[in-house]
Amino acid sequence: MAALGLAASGGNWFSALALGVTLLKCLLIPTYHSTDFEVHRNWLAITHSLPVSQWYYEETSEWTLDYPPFFAWFEYALSHVAKYFDQEMLNIHNLNYASAKTLLFQRFSVIFTDILFVYAVHECCKCIDGKKAGKELTEKPKFILSVLLLWNFGLLIVDHIHFQYNGFLMGLMLLSIARLFQKRHMEGALLFAVLLHFKHIYLYIAPAYGIYLLRSYCFTANKPDGSVRWNSFNFVRLISLGLIVFLVSALSLGPFLALNQLPQVFSRLFPFKRGLCHAYWAPNFWALYNALDKVLSVIGLKLKLLDPNKIPKASMTSGLVQQFQHTVLPSVTPLATLICTLIAILPSIFCLWFKPQGPKGFLRCLILCALSSFMFGWHVHEKAILLAILPMSLLSVGKAGDASIFLILTTTGHYSLFPLLFTAPELPIKILLMLLFTVYSISSLKTLFRKEKPLFNWMETFYLLGLGPLEVFCEFVFPFTSWKLKYSFLPLLLTSAYCAVGITYAWFKLYVSVLTDPPVSKTKKQ
Amino acid sequence: MEKWYLMTTVVLIGLTVRWTVSLNSYSGAGKPPMFGDYEAQRHWQEITFNLPIKQWYFNSTDNNLLYWGLDYPPLTAYHSLLCAYVAKVINPDWIALHTSRGYESQAHKLFMRATVLIADLLIYIPAVVLYCCCLKEMSTKKKVANALCILLYPGLILIDYGHFQQMELYHSLPFFCFLLGKCFKKGLKGKGFVLLVKLACTVVASFVLCWLPFVTEKEQTLQVLRRLFPVDRGLFEDKVANIWCSLSVFLKIKNILPRHTQIKISFCFTFLSLLPACIKLILQPSPKGFRYTLVTCALSFFLFSFQVHEKSILLVSLPVCLVLNEIPFMSTWFLLVSTFSMLPLLLKDDLLMPTVVTVVAFFIACATSFSIFEKTSEEELQLKSFSVSVRKYLPCFTFLPRVIQRLFLMSAITMVLLTLMTVTLDPPQKFPDLFPVLVCFVSCLKFLFFLVYFNIIIMWDSKSGRNQKKTD
Repeated sequence: MAALGLAASGGNWFSALALGVTLLKCLLIPTYHSTDFEVHRNWLAITHSLPVSQWYYEETSEWTLDYPPFFAWFEYALSHVAKYFDQEMLNIHNLNYASAKTLLFQRFSVIFTDILFVYAVHECCKCIDGKKAGKELTEKPKFILSVLLLWNFGLLIVDHIHFQYNGFLMGLMLLSIARLFQKRHMEGALLFAVLLHFKHIYLYIAPAYGIYLLRSYCFTANKPDGSVRWNSFNFVRLISLGLIVFLVSALSLGPFLALNQLPQVFSRLFPFKRGLCHAYWAPNFWALYNALDKVLSVIGLKLKLLDPNKIPKASMTSGLVQQFQHTVLPSVTPLATLICTLIAILPSIFCLWFKPQGPKGFLRCLILCALSSFMFGWHVHEKAILLAILPMSLLSVGKAGDASIFLILTTTGHYSLFPLLFTAPELPIKILLMLLFTVYSISSLKTLFRKEKPLFNWMETFYLLGLGPLEVFCEFVFPFTSWKLKYSFLPLLLTSAYCAVGITYAWFKLYVSVLTDPPVSKTKKQ
Repeated sequence: MEKWYLMTTVVLIGLTVRWTVSLNSYSGAGKPPMFGDYEAQRHWQEITFNLPIKQWYFNSTDNNLLYWGLDYPPLTAYHSLLCAYVAKVINPDWIALHTSRGYESQAHKLFMRATVLIADLLIYIPAVVLYCCCLKEMSTKKKVANALCILLYPGLILIDYGHFQQMELYHSLPFFCFLLGKCFKKGLKGKGFVLLVKLACTVVASFVLCWLPFVTEKEQTLQVLRRLFPVDRGLFEDKVANIWCSLSVFLKIKNILPRHTQIKISFCFTFLSLLPACIKLILQPSPKGFRYTLVTCALSFFLFSFQVHEKSILLVSLPVCLVLNEIPFMSTWFLLVSTFSMLPLLLKDDLLMPTVVTVVAFFIACATSFSIFEKTSEEELQLKSFSVSVRKYLPCFTFLPRVIQRLFLMSAITMVLLTLMTVTLDPPQKFPDLFPVLVCFVSCLKFLFFLVYFNIIIMWDSKSGRNQKKTD
């Protein structure tokens, strides 16, 4: 009895938080799930029923395998548990099969694999400095960080409603970051290499890892002014890092190299035939670009500057994923987006090289890489904003300035995920959970930094408050107006454009803070 | 300053849990011809909207009382009428007379669930928040934790949002009664008396307002009373965790005694079991006594009264929520048992997953908020004066806390085992109702234990005991 009491008492708040959110995830089992559910069921079927040589060629379903091999092996492992729930889901011809047992299995698999995420959060909590804390548990940075990560709204609705496996992947990422904070560089590198072969979207942040490990791990010492000491280069370390990457890649791609299937695998992983934007525009720079283009074309038509016959009929906002030609502004090619992205991440990379600030500097660079790729990438999904939001949580409990940027980024980013859940029964859930997370994050960070200047200026407050009326308009007012038929894309466009403003602003502010930060001397404690 | 955001967080969690539970099945889903409580509530909207008030409680060609006839007091009927007006705006098919029987659709389910959520949001949740904020001698964190535990009480969530009911209208009453009771504290003479008169007038006035359309004719009033107190329906229906149902395992009372004797016996037992606590309250009125008496009276009614349904245990659970902060260990135990006693009903509605999740969540919330396992000393169980009195005759009577801890462990194990058995095993052919009967029987025994416990607290609660607490 006493042991139970001790475990249940306030001493183990972390377990209570983790258990609480797990229970909430169980309650979300009967909610709406997107086509991603069928995607993963199909992958279970493919990996279970077919030999490895067929995995990247199988096309019975439209949802072909487009993640790297480690994820395929992951699905293969899951399929061996799945067969005890419902054998039928492993039949590749059972398209859209969604029996009750299938649903239960898939949902539980996501909830179960989140254990890795919980562990990663636990490790991250060890990395933050708790000196600022008061006596009160709810005011400790560790507590706030745990809630911000474990109860993250975006992760909850993308993983446990929409259906995806981001939990354990983000867990791998956070764990590798934590390992780098703890100076266990080899483990961090290994974890990241493994992560890359689970989901290649993490290539966005690979530059940060590469440069940081090269600069701060392979070069073991700095000159007094902070710049690199060239003769401290440790060749062994470089070789071992290279070996790690090579071995992991060999394990992953080796079988397919042997089967001469590498080109096919890569064509599946990087499908550039898709358009600049997803059906719903991710709130990035291109969303603003498209919106501007649309506005200009409407104005142009009104002022008779454009010939209506020359405008392509297919509208990007009609919701189809295809190539699109801009009317007024120049069209954008994949190469152009790549160049823009590279230009965007270059300053942060330079900062990481010339002004190393240890793991914190690496974290900032990582977030900037993720955000810049989000801003300028080709065919970016709105869910990719989570790649920036979750690591940013680690910074938010450290400095007031970071907290402010984090809150703007997170609130806007989370709101931009709303169109993912468009069904009526999920409407109260997404609003309630969003309010829960937003109210908690803003008030807890405000309380943590109450001794410093206020987190938001009037402009930012106004912008964030504007999300409320926007939601009311898009979901409650618009469906009942006559515009619904003529301009059916309007709510999506407004949401995308409005959020893009906020995210761009946060990106910009973060960049400024990174570039203007004074270089930190090595003697300062981490 | 910071209290409001913590409380907001707790309320949002409560609302989220409620809505996610409501995504599950409801009572009588897809089960013609009678369906279930969900259809009953929809039918009441149909009746109250389409028929004049005078006909609501009477049998007629338009209003077949055998098909979910109205059998709640007028306030519920008005609430149904209000919902019906909204339904008319959205989709009149939902409440069309006769043709809407058994109407089931995704949109309608959303509407019905929304009516429950809105009623909760407007009435029950503010009452709970206000109550917790009014509690004295507690830190902000404790008040918020208290609110969280009350809002997470599984029984109410599962019945309102799973099975489908709208019980919150009744449950705000104990809270308002308590606030009323605070007035009594001001003293029965002078200011207190004036207040008492004002309150009495309010109560009478609201009662009159509700019943106005029905008191014009004697026949109306009688018919309503007949519907509210269906003595024709027998001592008990289905399996319920009260004395009569449990006794019938050994002794078939229903078959031995005639109907009117059953009513008399039930009335006697109920009255006798209420008596001690009520007398004590009259002689020594206090808010604490009031709260505990609410519990014992409700529990007495549940255990001994006529035609009790298993959902009526909620009427006992709410007063227990009021005393959650005073005796956290026993209250949590009681609330868990009360949810467990409704297990057969919840399983019938396919609510196993939400039940398990909400019960675990509630248990964790209580365990972390109140550190219940550390609060099992005599003092904390409010049994100090009782133990002291007993020790005058039996000096070795020091084992009470340990006994209670063991009982809790046994009770928890029994509940888990029975749940597992009901879910996984098939009952033997000879006793098809074995598991529901076992659940009710075991719950009944525990409720009797709690009845004795709460009565002990009331009877041994003395002024000196309270003075001692103030000087601590």
